[in-house]
Amino acid sequence: MSEVTPIFSLLNISKHFPGVKALDKVQLDLYPGEVTALVGENGAGKSTLVKVMTGIYQPTEGELYLDGKPVNIATPEDAHHNGITAIHQETVLFDELSVMENIFAGHYLQLPSGRLDWKQMEQETIRILSEIEAPLAPKKLLKELSIGQRHMVAIARALSFDARVVILDEPTAALSHREIEEFYAIVYRLQKKGCAILFISHKFDEIYSIADRFTVFRDGCYIGEGKIAEVEEKELVSMMVGRSIDTAFPKTEVDIGDCIIEVKDFCHPTEFDAINFKLHQGEILGFYGLVGAGRTEVMQSLFGVSNNASGQIIVNNKELAIKSPSDAIKAGIVYVPEERQAQGTVLEFPIYQNISLPQLDKLNPKGFLNTATEYSLADKYAKRLKVKAPNWNEKVENLSGGNQQKVVIGKWLATEPKIIILDEPTKGIDIGSKAAVHEFMSELTEQGLAVIMVSSELPEIMGMADRIIVMREGLMVNEFERAQFSAEQLVSAATGMTGELQ
Amino acid sequence: MKQLLKNREAQLALVILSLLAMIGAIIPDFLAISNLLGVYTDTSILIILALGQMLVIITRCIDLSIAANVALTGMVVATINSLYPDFPVPVIILIGAGFGTLLGMLNGWLVWKMKIPSIVVTLGTMAIFRGAVFLISKGAWINAHQMSATFLEIPRYVFLGLPILGWCSVIVIAAMYYFTRHRQLGRKIYAAGNSPTAAYYIGVDVGKKQFIAFTISGLLAGIASYLWISRYAVAYVDIANGFEMLVIASCVIGGVSIAGGTGTVIGCVLGALFLGIINNALPVIGISPFWQMAISGSVIILAVIANSRSERKVGRIILRKAVQNAS
Amino acid sequence: MEKINNSSFETKDIEKKSLPSWVFSWESFLLATTVLVFFINCLASPYFLDPWSLSDATFNFSEKAIIALPLALVIIVRDIDISVASIIALSSTAMGFTAEVTDSLFLICSAGMIVGTLCGALNGLLITRLNIPAIVVTIGTMSLFRGITYILLGDQALKNYPESFSFFGQGYVAPFIGFEFASFLVIAVLFYILLQKTNFGRRTYAIGNNPTAAYYSGINVAKHKLIIFIMVGFFCSIAAIMLTSRLGSTRPTIALGWELNIITMVVLGGVSILGGSGTIVGVVIAVFLMGLVNSGLGLINVPGIVMSIIIGAMLICVIALPGVFQRLRNKVGN
Repeated sequence: MSEVTPIFSLLNISKHFPGVKALDKVQLDLYPGEVTALVGENGAGKSTLVKVMTGIYQPTEGELYLDGKPVNIATPEDAHHNGITAIHQETVLFDELSVMENIFAGHYLQLPSGRLDWKQMEQETIRILSEIEAPLAPKKLLKELSIGQRHMVAIARALSFDARVVILDEPTAALSHREIEEFYAIVYRLQKKGCAILFISHKFDEIYSIADRFTVFRDGCYIGEGKIAEVEEKELVSMMVGRSIDTAFPKTEVDIGDCIIEVKDFCHPTEFDAINFKLHQGEILGFYGLVGAGRTEVMQSLFGVSNNASGQIIVNNKELAIKSPSDAIKAGIVYVPEERQAQGTVLEFPIYQNISLPQLDKLNPKGFLNTATEYSLADKYAKRLKVKAPNWNEKVENLSGGNQQKVVIGKWLATEPKIIILDEPTKGIDIGSKAAVHEFMSELTEQGLAVIMVSSELPEIMGMADRIIVMREGLMVNEFERAQFSAEQLVSAATGMTGELQ
Repeated sequence: MKQLLKNREAQLALVILSLLAMIGAIIPDFLAISNLLGVYTDTSILIILALGQMLVIITRCIDLSIAANVALTGMVVATINSLYPDFPVPVIILIGAGFGTLLGMLNGWLVWKMKIPSIVVTLGTMAIFRGAVFLISKGAWINAHQMSATFLEIPRYVFLGLPILGWCSVIVIAAMYYFTRHRQLGRKIYAAGNSPTAAYYIGVDVGKKQFIAFTISGLLAGIASYLWISRYAVAYVDIANGFEMLVIASCVIGGVSIAGGTGTVIGCVLGALFLGIINNALPVIGISPFWQMAISGSVIILAVIANSRSERKVGRIILRKAVQNAS
Repeated sequence: MEKINNSSFETKDIEKKSLPSWVFSWESFLLATTVLVFFINCLASPYFLDPWSLSDATFNFSEKAIIALPLALVIIVRDIDISVASIIALSSTAMGFTAEVTDSLFLICSAGMIVGTLCGALNGLLITRLNIPAIVVTIGTMSLFRGITYILLGDQALKNYPESFSFFGQGYVAPFIGFEFASFLVIAVLFYILLQKTNFGRRTYAIGNNPTAAYYSGINVAKHKLIIFIMVGFFCSIAAIMLTSRLGSTRPTIALGWELNIITMVVLGGVSILGGSGTIVGVVIAVFLMGLVNSGLGLINVPGIVMSIIIGAMLICVIALPGVFQRLRNKVGN
């Protein structure tokens, strides 16, 4: 396809985790002096690929080639030695160390005596930072910086290496417009130096302004590649989204009932502002947006996890003060968190104990455990959700991701809630379980529950929701009725892309 | 000035100065240079041990066996001296330093290779070291008259107004300052403790850094053991019993976070000096020395409350207006 | 109705299935070791089986063991309390001063219990309200509580206890069964029920395994931890009553250094220092094991300090064992 030979190539790379194929025989080529955009939805395997390229993960199979020669990247250090550097999605830096040390940690400049050459490092830091027009004091501690400034440090760190391959994993997610302009300039400079750049972003306007090539992944598989100049945005979106949306989702038409919860002027000092919405019985309300748009924060405040928010929450015409999850549970609001393993389940507990955990006092009013009652409760809901396990005494950690998610949902259904909030309910679970979760959402609405679904997966949210609220940077930017749904409009609203629609 | 007041070391220094001023107001003699040097010398051993402990705490571990290490190594050193009075003292000191290092390496190895939480490891080795002192000594004391004169005199020898004991801590402070500020290894220890994940991403072996921290802690305990024995001119099973808590307290007061990754040599030294001054001043100003423990306890609690207030993390800021307000 | 039968049938099924795992559990291993030590003791000394010497031995560990029980809960929820010995001291001091003015056993014991409970509450409040790691808080309160006893007592001792007070530390409820030992057994049963059979116990494990998920499940984690720390304070005062009664006096050095012994009991009993796992049965067996090793060595005239080597080595070895096995298994697997 091209006469230039790539600096860095990946061929047939697969990465399997227990129960999940994060990457399935993908390929990627990076060319000197060119920016390659890696495009795909959340969960397409982009971040996993970055970790494979930087030695944090070992691929299950496949080969990596540097300058056409096979190369083994077993540790992050190997990646450094081969001139591969990455700015990770979550900035991996040291809060308690200074800006200059964050830039030089791991490849400190030393005097011949072995003493660290702080003077040189400071000068270099000033030089690199001025190059990217981020005038930060080299000795300032990282914890005193804003998120945007931290990203600048991460970028400066990448520049401090003699890097030939630079990976930018959603580097602009937290940058302001001015910072993004500066960032483009940096990328351009790297390009001039002949670096190969891998650029991961959800924002199409960015991809079109700086990328030369693109590669598309979907569900851990390689879909295609080409030159940006030769592809329409719509084509790119359809490659990314892929499947036909309407047929795959078991959405049943339910009569929408009365308003069950109304959230008025819900505000948080730093996370979100002016959130207003109503939710009705039998309705699925989708929240769409980019990662970090503040959707999870709204839901967690609604559930009482953080109680800095102000505003009114009216459930069944009664205003409630929700100060903790137990308040929310009492009000009939439950929350299936995004971080299933960290927040949703006690992995070391058997299934039945996970399901009974939120309502031990209701099940055992005298305070003494009654295993049979707990077990029969678990039995009812685990069967209903078709959890696959030898019996309900199996520890949750031994289940697949999809079945773990079913246990979390079962745990909450057992409390007989009125409103169920699902935060990225199918993230990282296999296709079969995904379908089961979707089917179940439909079933819930038939029974008169109201569902809020936070999802970054377009097909899912378009397939399941009755209404979609799009959030960007902590604000509600748009609201769509089911009839108006279109992938392009949702994406443009979420990214703030200057497109056909406001 | 404002910046200075934000600095934890500066705050602590201020507290110490006002403490000294208060004591000086009651007993002006306390502020005499000779007395202050005496107080410093008296705190030397605590400073040396606290600096070792600091490194360990920075790597998110804790060393409860540090005082038992002093007792065991001290008994070894004293026994050698009492059995072979002509054995050159510098060699004995080297043996002590080496022996202490070995004990530290044992702790570090168990934490690094066996992956046992440091609190369990050092709880165990603390008991083992203490018991070993008994096995070596058969429970008997080694008294001043069983030790050689040189052995006892070296730390007391005054050089430029300060006894060798004091100079030892000065050297250790300087060395540790250099190590933690200007050596790659020292900085990597901070990185490993600050964020093990990020450290792994940049190719730092966190377990190995913990091993190194324990090793250095052991080395310093080995040096401190000779100083302790010669200073108090006696060796027995219960030497330095409970001293580990004072050592940890110095670190905590000095702003070393138990969560790892932070703490400076200066802060740690000030923390130890603070306790040393209280210790020395109470009897002088007529407060019963029995107050010392309660005061240091309260100070520890106040110090951690103050640290936890200033530590309060800024979460991720999504709203643009909030970002502007913050910066 | 049918459904319930069905599920209880499955419950039985599970119990059957869980039997083998019980056989290889930590508790069984401890129990086997304890039995072994028991027989070694029998062989080592003819006096070991003498009921009075056995009975005497129980006095050496009962007080510590009573604190080890609530401390196990603290460690299960990922915290630690190293101020326990100092709480004993302060609680004992309160009793000593009360005994100066009254002979009422009720008032003396109440004073101790109130002070102990308050100490525990202070620990708990500092940890849960200010979000400070338990280890730092209790290092501080360890000095603070003991320091207050030093201020109050100096180098004096309080020994004005009424005659009848001696029952708690020296009395017998049945032939050869000391009041201390009997209390320990009763409290151990209560803690067994609390941790293994109640909602409270289940929540304790949930918090220890995953505090975030526990909070997201509607558990008030802070309140739960506070209650546990208050319990520790309370049982420290119970131990203080017994110890003070046994010694007949309160000195500022009372119970000095006990915290490490007690933590060792808990950890040896299989309570993971990382939280989330461990049982009261394990702790109780560990208590007996330590008691037996202690008395056995005492019979063959090995001083107590040597036992600390054995306990220390045991502590490290037993914690290291699972990891070593895991690694060996992996090696074989590869």
